[in-house]
Amino acid sequence: MPKARTSKSDSEAVPERSEDVIDGEVTPAFLGVSDDEQSPRSLHHAKEFVDLAFRRVTTAAGSIVLGIMLLVGLFLLYQGYNALEVAGGNFFTEVKWDPNSGEFGIAAVLTGTILVALTAIFFAVPLALGTALYISEYAPAQIKRGLVTLVDLMAAVPSVVFGLWGVFFLTPAILPVSEWISTYFGWIPIFAVEGFDPSDPLATPTVFTASTFIAGIVVALMVAPITSSIMREVFSQAPLGEREGALALGATRWGMIRSVVLPFGRGGMIGGTMLGLGRALGETIAVFLIISPVFVIQTRILEKGSNSISALIALRYSEASAFEISALMAAGLALFLMTLVINFAASSIIARSRSGGVSDG
Amino acid sequence: MTATDLRNTTTTGSSHAQLHTDVVIAPDHGDEPRRSTRLLRGTDIIRAIGSAVAAVSLTAWMFTFALPLQGEIGFLVVAYALFLILFVVLTAIDDDGPSVRDRIASVVVHSLAVLMLMALFSVVIYTVGRGLEPLTYLNFFIEDMSAAGPLDPLDRGGVLHAIVGTLIMISIALAISIPLGIATAIFLTEFPGRYSRFVRTVVEAMTALPSIVAGLFIYATVIVFLGFNRSGFAAALAITVMMLPIIIRSADVVLRLVPGNLKEASRGLGASTWKTVWTVTLPTARSGLTTAVILGTARGIGETSPVLLTAGATTFLNLDPFNGPMTSLPLQAFTFVKSPELNFIARGFGTAAVLMALVLLLFTLARLIGGRGPGILSPRQRRARDRRSREDRARFDRRALGIPEPEALSERIARMAAASGRAVAASARRAGIAAASVTSSATKYAGSRLRAWWASGRTRIDEWRAARTRPTNDGGDQ
Repeated sequence: MPKARTSKSDSEAVPERSEDVIDGEVTPAFLGVSDDEQSPRSLHHAKEFVDLAFRRVTTAAGSIVLGIMLLVGLFLLYQGYNALEVAGGNFFTEVKWDPNSGEFGIAAVLTGTILVALTAIFFAVPLALGTALYISEYAPAQIKRGLVTLVDLMAAVPSVVFGLWGVFFLTPAILPVSEWISTYFGWIPIFAVEGFDPSDPLATPTVFTASTFIAGIVVALMVAPITSSIMREVFSQAPLGEREGALALGATRWGMIRSVVLPFGRGGMIGGTMLGLGRALGETIAVFLIISPVFVIQTRILEKGSNSISALIALRYSEASAFEISALMAAGLALFLMTLVINFAASSIIARSRSGGVSDG
Repeated sequence: MTATDLRNTTTTGSSHAQLHTDVVIAPDHGDEPRRSTRLLRGTDIIRAIGSAVAAVSLTAWMFTFALPLQGEIGFLVVAYALFLILFVVLTAIDDDGPSVRDRIASVVVHSLAVLMLMALFSVVIYTVGRGLEPLTYLNFFIEDMSAAGPLDPLDRGGVLHAIVGTLIMISIALAISIPLGIATAIFLTEFPGRYSRFVRTVVEAMTALPSIVAGLFIYATVIVFLGFNRSGFAAALAITVMMLPIIIRSADVVLRLVPGNLKEASRGLGASTWKTVWTVTLPTARSGLTTAVILGTARGIGETSPVLLTAGATTFLNLDPFNGPMTSLPLQAFTFVKSPELNFIARGFGTAAVLMALVLLLFTLARLIGGRGPGILSPRQRRARDRRSREDRARFDRRALGIPEPEALSERIARMAAASGRAVAASARRAGIAAASVTSSATKYAGSRLRAWWASGRTRIDEWRAARTRPTNDGGDQ
């Protein structure tokens, strides 16, 4: 207010303007244009050179990245085409892997990959869900940030470390559990173990080492942090008003979680789980270190011997002939397509459960 | 947090109401006890401890006398199951259905979180524990493995070649992926459209690209198709392919969090897109972008499989990424533990521990730099902003008063002081007097003059302000 008074000329101009604006439309007099030029003024502006260059450069960067990502698929297809042509439909049904004799297929490794990933998800989802709920709902505010950092840090622990832990620490510790499950639940086909007789007191537990089960537990620990961090993010976005509403209606904390947080976070839970599944399918080194590769369809998860596509590639690439390389590329392509489909689905589910657009500060 | 807040408000609210009604209506409150608003009840803790003790004792009895069970993990599983059952029974004696379910859910969630953190801690602690012995030898950090055979003791050979290889590979990977990744993230946020949406979808799907596929791709293109030998550069390219989507995705998220009204303000002032990005968007998101890059680096550093396919393992130090095989820390750890020799396995754990230390270092760095969201300032930054704001205010005031701009004035004074200082110093040097002290005293003199001028300026501004407010008050009276 005082400012307007200090400058006389301004205060003279003000009433005239406000009158014009009150009329509801901006008159040409206000814009300083005469009456006969009432057509709306053009909003086109000449683009600066810097801006154009900036746009070109960033678009080019985006295109390069897109190109690399598409090339990954195309090159695998191009290199693997030779092998796919020879194998034909047998590629998905043959269990042997002997490309030089023409008998090869991914039936065994694909089954192994999927079984390891499913075992991993079976263990990872409860762990991730519990941790996410604990961090977002139960943890005291003081340690919440620390826990989030800790879980993120765990997601960055190198996979070779998990592999070492699985081979040297987990395997001996888990054998009695495998033995127990197989003894009492051996009548369920996937828990059966060939060559193990529960009534024989001298049976060695070596039939339980290097199994799908152990690899699955290790991979579960590797994917649980990323799954948990996605779930926590979605849980913490559950609307405050509805949480408080539930509590005000007398809900217990678990009642509030079940009726507000979990339904709201369903998209994030599914998406996080699928993202974890995608990770679990592609895991190489930890699985490679733990399993002993077999080329049969091995569905008994407690028994020694398993396989996965990535472990197959890591195992066979070094002393492979040109045609074997082509076959490995085809197997890699199958893995790539499988993870791609799962990741697409996961990210679209997660994206739908989040609100988009720009934020306002 | 929410619950506590809510209950606290409820409590204070009801006590107010009580106070109020006491005065107006004064109903008979009887002996209704004041309700405790604490979330954790003492009885729960007692029940939990009691059930835990009972469960452990019962399990110990079962394992030693009653049933043919064995193994540590089995013990823990049985004990935990018994603990849950006992806890439910104890709670159900006093509480009703919903309350029992609440307690069970709380116990289960707590134990799942503890289980996961314990498992992850055991991974880290076991690795470091078994790798501790080789780490005590200095040669582990300053020698390579070319002179050490499988049977050599731990005081010969080391992983210098792997450390150097890792650093070279990650530097090349970062040199490619930082500019490309950040530029792509800017493209995704600044130029929205069908094309950028397509790019974003592809990049998001690639975030979980199996690392072995990234390695296989570089193997197929660079080594098989183009015919190069395995080298550190090829491995760096494989790591880049793996890291790029991770960096782009987190950078994209951070850039999207930059407040839209900041950008709009910049555009409203007439700034071009490039100016807006360079002076508003990127500085605002700087800490987040750093975090994105460092997290991508942490992932890239720890991957074994792309390097396995493209670098070729070696036991000697190789500084040239374009010629000859190279190795990295995870690959070296992998190679070590494949050997049956105990010393090699110990070295493998030691290498893994070094790798984890490197990842931890990067992670700490990321947290230190990027702990805050975009636009949230540290206390120091906030003070700097306040200072700038005050200076701006003073400048506006000066301009309104017609006082000459202090920048020009101070620059002139500084220039004159420096010139006179130089002249004095030159003559002083000639006279054999130490130049530095004179220059500093000249600068100090100039500084004191500047402060004196500033103080007088402030007084004048204050006078002017006082003069400005007075007429307004007079006007109000009239």
